[in-house]
Amino acid sequence: MPEIVAFNTIDAGIEPEAEKVQARATQAGPRGRKPRRALSGRNIMIYGTLIVVALYYLLPLYVMIMTSLKGMPEIRLGNIFAPPLEITFEPWVKAWSSACTGLNCDGLSRGFWNSVRITVPSTIVSIAIASINGYALANWRFKGADLFFTILIVGAFIPYQVMIYPIVIVLRELGVYGSLTGLIIVHTIFGMPILTLLFRNYFAGLPEELFKAARVDGAGFWTIYFRIMLPMSMPIFVVAMILQVTGIWNDFLFGVVFTRPEYYPMTVQLNNIVNSVQGVKEYNVNMAATILTGAVPLFVYFVSGRLFVRGIAAGAVKG
Amino acid sequence: MNLRSFAAALAVTVALPLGAASAADLEVTHWWTSGGEAAAVAELAKAFDATGNHWVDGAIAGAGSTARPIMVSRITGGDPMAATQFNHGRQAEELVEAGLMRDLTDVATREKWKDIIKPASLLDSCTIDGKIYCAPVNIHSWQWLWLSNAAFKQAGVDVPKNWDEFVAAAPALEKAGIVPLAVGGQAWQAAGAFDVLMVAIAGKDTFQKVFGDKDEEVAAGPEIAKVFKAADDARRMSKGTNVQDWNQATNMVITGKAGGQIMGDWAQGEFQLAGQKAGTDYTCLPGLGVNEVISTGGDAFYFPLLKDEEKSKAQEVLASTLLSPATQVAFNLKKGSLPVRGDVDLAAANDCMKKGLDILAKGNVIQGTDQLLSADSQKQKEDLFSEFFANASMTPEDAQKRFTDIIASAE
Amino acid sequence: MAGHTRGSGRPNQWSRNLNAKFASVPMILTAVVIFLGGTIWTVVYSFTNSKLLPRLSFVGLDQYERLWAAPRWLMSVQNLLIYGFFSLVFSLVIGFVLAALMDQKIRFENTFRTIMLYPFALSFIVTGLVWQWLLNPEFGIQSVVRSLGWTSFAFDPLYNSNIVIYGILIAALWQGTGLVMCLMLAGLRGIDEDIWKATRVDGIPMWKTYLLVIIPMMRGVFITTLVIIASGIVKVYDLVVAQTSGGPGIASEVPAKYVYDYMFQAQNLGQGFAASTMMLVTVAIIIVPWAYLEFGGGRKRA
Repeated sequence: MPEIVAFNTIDAGIEPEAEKVQARATQAGPRGRKPRRALSGRNIMIYGTLIVVALYYLLPLYVMIMTSLKGMPEIRLGNIFAPPLEITFEPWVKAWSSACTGLNCDGLSRGFWNSVRITVPSTIVSIAIASINGYALANWRFKGADLFFTILIVGAFIPYQVMIYPIVIVLRELGVYGSLTGLIIVHTIFGMPILTLLFRNYFAGLPEELFKAARVDGAGFWTIYFRIMLPMSMPIFVVAMILQVTGIWNDFLFGVVFTRPEYYPMTVQLNNIVNSVQGVKEYNVNMAATILTGAVPLFVYFVSGRLFVRGIAAGAVKG
Repeated sequence: MNLRSFAAALAVTVALPLGAASAADLEVTHWWTSGGEAAAVAELAKAFDATGNHWVDGAIAGAGSTARPIMVSRITGGDPMAATQFNHGRQAEELVEAGLMRDLTDVATREKWKDIIKPASLLDSCTIDGKIYCAPVNIHSWQWLWLSNAAFKQAGVDVPKNWDEFVAAAPALEKAGIVPLAVGGQAWQAAGAFDVLMVAIAGKDTFQKVFGDKDEEVAAGPEIAKVFKAADDARRMSKGTNVQDWNQATNMVITGKAGGQIMGDWAQGEFQLAGQKAGTDYTCLPGLGVNEVISTGGDAFYFPLLKDEEKSKAQEVLASTLLSPATQVAFNLKKGSLPVRGDVDLAAANDCMKKGLDILAKGNVIQGTDQLLSADSQKQKEDLFSEFFANASMTPEDAQKRFTDIIASAE
Repeated sequence: MAGHTRGSGRPNQWSRNLNAKFASVPMILTAVVIFLGGTIWTVVYSFTNSKLLPRLSFVGLDQYERLWAAPRWLMSVQNLLIYGFFSLVFSLVIGFVLAALMDQKIRFENTFRTIMLYPFALSFIVTGLVWQWLLNPEFGIQSVVRSLGWTSFAFDPLYNSNIVIYGILIAALWQGTGLVMCLMLAGLRGIDEDIWKATRVDGIPMWKTYLLVIIPMMRGVFITTLVIIASGIVKVYDLVVAQTSGGPGIASEVPAKYVYDYMFQAQNLGQGFAASTMMLVTVAIIIVPWAYLEFGGGRKRA
């Protein structure tokens, strides 16, 4: 009776997850062939490759951090790899709290809470809607669903700047132009194609027995979604969150086009700091500002990494 | 400074808010975000706040690609800001035609803009069907050649006094491992350099015929062929520039890695910041030292039509504040640009700026290409010249042919 | 296949579908009103001479004629093909290999994953500048290698018209492969532990298991990844702007940049819309038949 086992696990909720992870870690037989010594040739290869790759990823970060710790005269010398002769944290302080964009000289800090206010609801709403879409498409297909889905996928390829003017019209007619609600709608719309695809394909790949068993037990649309699909899909929810938090947090264009100055996100300040055309460029402040702005998505990546575990119920179903 | 006009302007700025009874918050969008620019905007805001109103700043960097769609969306979306920066010229024409922008003719007549704004062409580009729609605030000119004295010293040649000497000095510079002419990779820089060469080599009248009258015969003719020849020289001299941003190119001049750069007067700020002095460390040649003419492009503020009556009143106050002599001086000194009125005194201006003021006073001015050509033609021109400067196999003749096509199809 | 879903027909079918339909209302509205409506709107205006504002003054095919006569557009299309091909292949291969390495129960997995993912978190306006520096012959990688003694070493991909698009690819992979790796890793984590046990028992070598068992099982994830990568390729814009602004000359121009430049900088909406219509038509020609086979043709995964 696999279904019963599955249900028991799921009914117990997500709490056992941590135990499970631990259990798995201590379990004998990791995914390779057999338990092995730390310095096996295979391990050297794996870690060697990962470290080399990590260096490639980190090189630009190194340059950015070094540059952000230098003064402008030192930067003008053009030696990008050299560590700073004289370390200064001035650029960081300036980027965060005193860089002027126009009249407002309070750096990135000005838009920080606005960015939070935009990112949190937009991420939640867009993922909620898209995961339900994906679920409906994968498990409850109705007539015409695939047509709408195809339109959506083609939509993923539209350069979104092209859609600015039509969307201005739509939001104006809805009466939400310039409001936070309008912006959340826009983020939900533009996140929808990729996220829906992500969830649809993931749900479609889950063991079908689970779904059937739940149906037999009389569980309906929402019950199955919340009780089975959601707990089994943590990694894909993390991926969706990575996509959305990054996209929305770093979004600049929608933030300014569809809201008013009191809602401007942090990226407006970032853009103003780094993107001025005919003014003097302070590269050290630019670098610091970029790293600071990226800190929040980075933090999310790191924290949410804990959820990157193997689907729990998938194993449970087989008992 | 003309004391009387100053007093009059002061009176106006003081009197109007009293008439307006209560103060209003005006949101002003612009793309002045770098340090010096921000300081300049602060002067405008200070002057406006002093009238009892409040300047709500909406700075968005990135003129053409970023700020403009935002401004247009806000205006057409029915939620306009109270005032917005645009390059004066042809960019805002359509918004005016669509009835979205406010007519400033009343303020302009009351404050005699026609008499005070010099050169008159500035106000002309704000005028559509006899009505005035924008308030110009500054003049930026493109026609400058910035030379590194150190580079020429290292190459063992005198600092050139004009374009021809510069071209002649190029081989010596190259021999010393110096890039003679720094041209950044962004398209607008190559196109701008060409326009500058055109005024310097073919002269003011030809420039006006090509860009003003869109005369394709002149564009295909021998005068312009000479300009393309010079552009060919410039292309050869710019080989090895390998930077994108204009200020990185300027930095090459500052550090003596490049002999010179053709760039607008905003480049001056970079030299100042690097602690260099005009005359001793670097040399500026307006009109490339050949034809001392400068173009009068620049920035202007447009005022979208608002429903709120108080705000509309405050818009008038803002317009007159922008042009008051005190604001003009304070703003332009910080911005490094020239004031739009001839009756103010810029005692604090540096040497290069003074040269510019002199030329302006003599009336050796042309309209900028932004004012003469549509943004569309400008973009096509940018595409052409960035290709021309990067691709040595494109002959000047071919380039001229394509240039003529662009002029022929320009509106 | 009207109203029939997986599982067998049931008396409560109607209400069951009602729920699914109700839940799909936002999707249907988005697809029809925004994406379909917006596309039609764009296509209609591509036949006008709209400049700064959309205006219905039709000029027939003028915008398209001009588009296909513009050297810059032709170059953009060619670049997109080259960039698209290599970007797709490398992203998939590198992303999958990295994910497979990460899935070996390694230590510091979270750290490695975050390192690979961090470029994705940073705005490209500035990271593009860093790549500009790294690839700059005077003070970037080339100068370092030369100072180590290899004086003839040449590496200036951003300043050589012939290879500039590959220079952009280097930064693109840096920025994008982390996400691909994450997607693949999530896919690998969705695969049952027992599959591995079984192949181990059968003594199938690991690479073969990946190739013949795991990858086919990850079909859904691969398709998702493919669409994400491909849509990113078609829309590629800021990478190019930040690194080369399309240069040297027009050597690294891409279609999306043409669209934006003409819509906003040149204030020629008609021209921009014509270019975006061409892009969209091409995408639709590829996607619609594929989508029909994939989603529509009653593929019975369930």
